[in-house]
Amino acid sequence: MSTKITSVTGTGVPLLLDDIDTDRIIPARYLRCVTFEGLGEFAFEDDRQQDPAHPFNKPEFAGASVLVAGRNFGCGSSREHAPQSLMRWGLKAIVAESFAEIFFGNCCSLGVVAVTADRADIDKLGAAIAADPTLEVSVDLESMTASAGNVSAKVKMPDSARGALVTGEWDYLGQLLSAADQVTAHAKTIPYLNHFSA
Amino acid sequence: MSDRRNLFNKVWDLHTVRTLPNQQTQLFIGLHLIHEVTSPQAFEILRDRNLKVAYPDRTVATVDHIVPTSDQSRPFLDGLAEQMMSAIEKNCDEFGVTLMDLKDGRQGIVHVVGPEQGLTQPGMTIVCGDSHTSTHGAFGSIAIGIGTSNVAQVLSTQTMFLDRPRVRRVVVNGDLAPGVYAKDVILYIIQQLGVQGGVGYAYEYAGTTFDAMTMEERMTVCNMSIEGGARCGYINPDEKTVEYLRGRPYSPTGEEFENAAAWWLSLASDDSAEFDDEVVFNAADIEPTVTWGITPAQSVGVSQPLPTLSECAAGERTLLGEALEFMSLKEGEPVKGTKIDVAFIGSCTNGRISDLREAARIAEGHHVAAGVKAIVVPGSQLVREQAMKEGLHTIFEAAGFEWRGAGCSMCLAMNPDKLQGREVCASSSNRNFKGRQGSPTGRTLLMSPAMVTAAAIAGEVVDIREFAAAAV
Ligand code: SF4
Repeated sequence: MSTKITSVTGTGVPLLLDDIDTDRIIPARYLRCVTFEGLGEFAFEDDRQQDPAHPFNKPEFAGASVLVAGRNFGCGSSREHAPQSLMRWGLKAIVAESFAEIFFGNCCSLGVVAVTADRADIDKLGAAIAADPTLEVSVDLESMTASAGNVSAKVKMPDSARGALVTGEWDYLGQLLSAADQVTAHAKTIPYLNHFSA
Repeated sequence: MSDRRNLFNKVWDLHTVRTLPNQQTQLFIGLHLIHEVTSPQAFEILRDRNLKVAYPDRTVATVDHIVPTSDQSRPFLDGLAEQMMSAIEKNCDEFGVTLMDLKDGRQGIVHVVGPEQGLTQPGMTIVCGDSHTSTHGAFGSIAIGIGTSNVAQVLSTQTMFLDRPRVRRVVVNGDLAPGVYAKDVILYIIQQLGVQGGVGYAYEYAGTTFDAMTMEERMTVCNMSIEGGARCGYINPDEKTVEYLRGRPYSPTGEEFENAAAWWLSLASDDSAEFDDEVVFNAADIEPTVTWGITPAQSVGVSQPLPTLSECAAGERTLLGEALEFMSLKEGEPVKGTKIDVAFIGSCTNGRISDLREAARIAEGHHVAAGVKAIVVPGSQLVREQAMKEGLHTIFEAAGFEWRGAGCSMCLAMNPDKLQGREVCASSSNRNFKGRQGSPTGRTLLMSPAMVTAAAIAGEVVDIREFAAAAV
C-alpha cells in the first residue's frame, strides 16, 4: 500500500505548448545513468538553454507543484526518466489538454497526478498562474477539479488511475505479486508456452 | 464458425490473467525484451525487494542505445556508457537472463534482434522498455512500449496492468508507385491522422498495400505506430509471416512448427471482424514523404510546398510557427532543395538488410556530395554480416559512406554519433524532435533510406523518382 493521494496543492507553472516530447523534457544524454537521482535539475535542459524566458528558468515558478500543459504532453519515448525528472524538479501534478499514453502510465507508476482538462480551461488556468505565480493552485481528485485562485475547472482521469491514487494502491508491483499463483496457472493455457498443444 | 473478434481482442483475452474491479487487465507477457537504458533501475527495484526474475526464459537482453559504432573496445571512452554496460552485464548474469552483448554475434537494436532471432512470434504479448516495441506488431502480436517501473513489474511477475485500448483498422489499398516505400506509407498515415490521433487505440493495418509488403516493410510501418500516438500497431499473420519464422533460432521446429503456424494463422482478424473505428487510404495518394518540422506528422510529399500559417488551422499555428523557426524553413517553400549536412541510414525503423540493399542499389556508381557526412549503421551484427557477404559495404565505402558497427547510433543522442550545432540531417530514423539527434539545435528530416541515399549524393533533398530516372 502506498500513500493515498487525493489532492495536490502548491503553486503552478504554465507551459502551454503542444506535442512536448520526452526528448525535450529530458534530453537523451541524461539517460546515461543507472539511477534516476539528480535528474530534476536537467528537466527541459535544452529548451531552457535556448529560451531564457522558458518558464522553468523563471525564479517565480521555482518550487511549483502543478504543471499546466498543452496537448499530447509527453509524447515520444517511453523513458520514465521524463516524469522522474519532472517529479524530482518538484512537480506533483500535471494538468494537460491530453497526454501520450506511455508517459501517462509512467506518471501513474510514480504517483504523479496526471489529469486532463478542456483547452479553454487549460488556457484560463495557465493565464491565471502566469499573471500571479504566487497563486495557490490545487488539483483535487475527490471533486475532480483544478483551481488557480478564482479560476476553477473540471478535470478528468480514467477511473482505474484515479482509484489507484485515492486508495493508495498505485504500487502496482505488490498487487501483481499477490496473483502469482493465478499467473502460473494461466501460463498453462497459453499455446506458445506449452509446445503449441495447449 | 467465423470469429468476429479481431486479432487484438483474441490475443488480449488469451493473456488476461484477471480483470480488476476498475476494469484494468492483468496481462500475461509472453516476451520481455530488455536493453541497457531502461533496465538498471528496474533491476535495482528487484534487489531492494528481494525479488527474482519470474520467467528468465521469457526475457532476453541486448545492448544498443549507448553502443559506439566505430571504436567498440572496452572500457568505452564514455565512462557513463561503460557503467551502463557493466550494469546490464551484471544484472543479466545475476538474474539469469540471456544477454546478446557485443561479443555475442547476435547483438543489435532490440527491435531488429527480436524478429531476426525468431523471438517475436504471432499471438504473443511483447513488451520492452522502449516505445518502438510497436515494431513487433508486424508479426500479429500485441507489442507495447513500457516505462521502467513496468519493466520491474514484468521482470518480477511476467505481468502488468493495462487498460484495454480500442482497435482502429487503418486500411490502405493499392500498389505503391515506384520510389514510394513502407516508410512513406507510415509517414503519410501519421500526417493524415496526427501525432496524437492514435492515443487510446491499437492500430490494425489492413488492406492490399500491407498484404503485398515483406515482413521487413511491415516492421517499418508498425515501428512508427507510436509516432502516431498508438501504443501498438499490428498486421495479421499470413504465409509470409510463417515463412519468415521458419528456421529462425527461437522458432519452433518440426511438427511443432506446423502446429504453431496453424495457430498463428487462426489468430488473424477475419473479414467479418469488428473494429471500434476504421479509416481508409489509397496507396496511389502517397508520394515519397519528407518531414520538415519537429514532430513526425509535420511532413509533406516531396513535390509539395511546406504549409503556410494562413492556411493552417488556428489551433496548429503556434506549433507550425515554432517548427518553421526551429528548422529555419519558410512557409510555402518547397522542401525539395533543402541542403543537408549529414545523412544517416539505420535505426530500428530502417536498419534492416532490405533497407541497406536498396540504399546500396541507389548509391552504386555515385558519390556523397562534398561537405556531407554520410553513415550507414546496420541494425544488428547479423544484418552487418549479411550486408558484407553481399559486398554492400564496398559499394557504400566507394560512394563515400562510412560503414559502421551495429547500434542505435545517430537515431538518438546516447552514443558518440551526434549532430553538431545547426547541422541538418537526412535520416531514415523515426523522430525529428528538437535535439533528438544529439545537438540541441540540430535539425532532422525523416525520409525513406532510398531518399536519404539520394539526398547524401545530391547534398540536398531530392525526389527519388527524378533521381532514379536521372541515374538510369
Ligand atoms: S534505433 Fe532509435 S528508436 Fe530505435 S530503439 Fe534505438 S534509439 Fe530507439
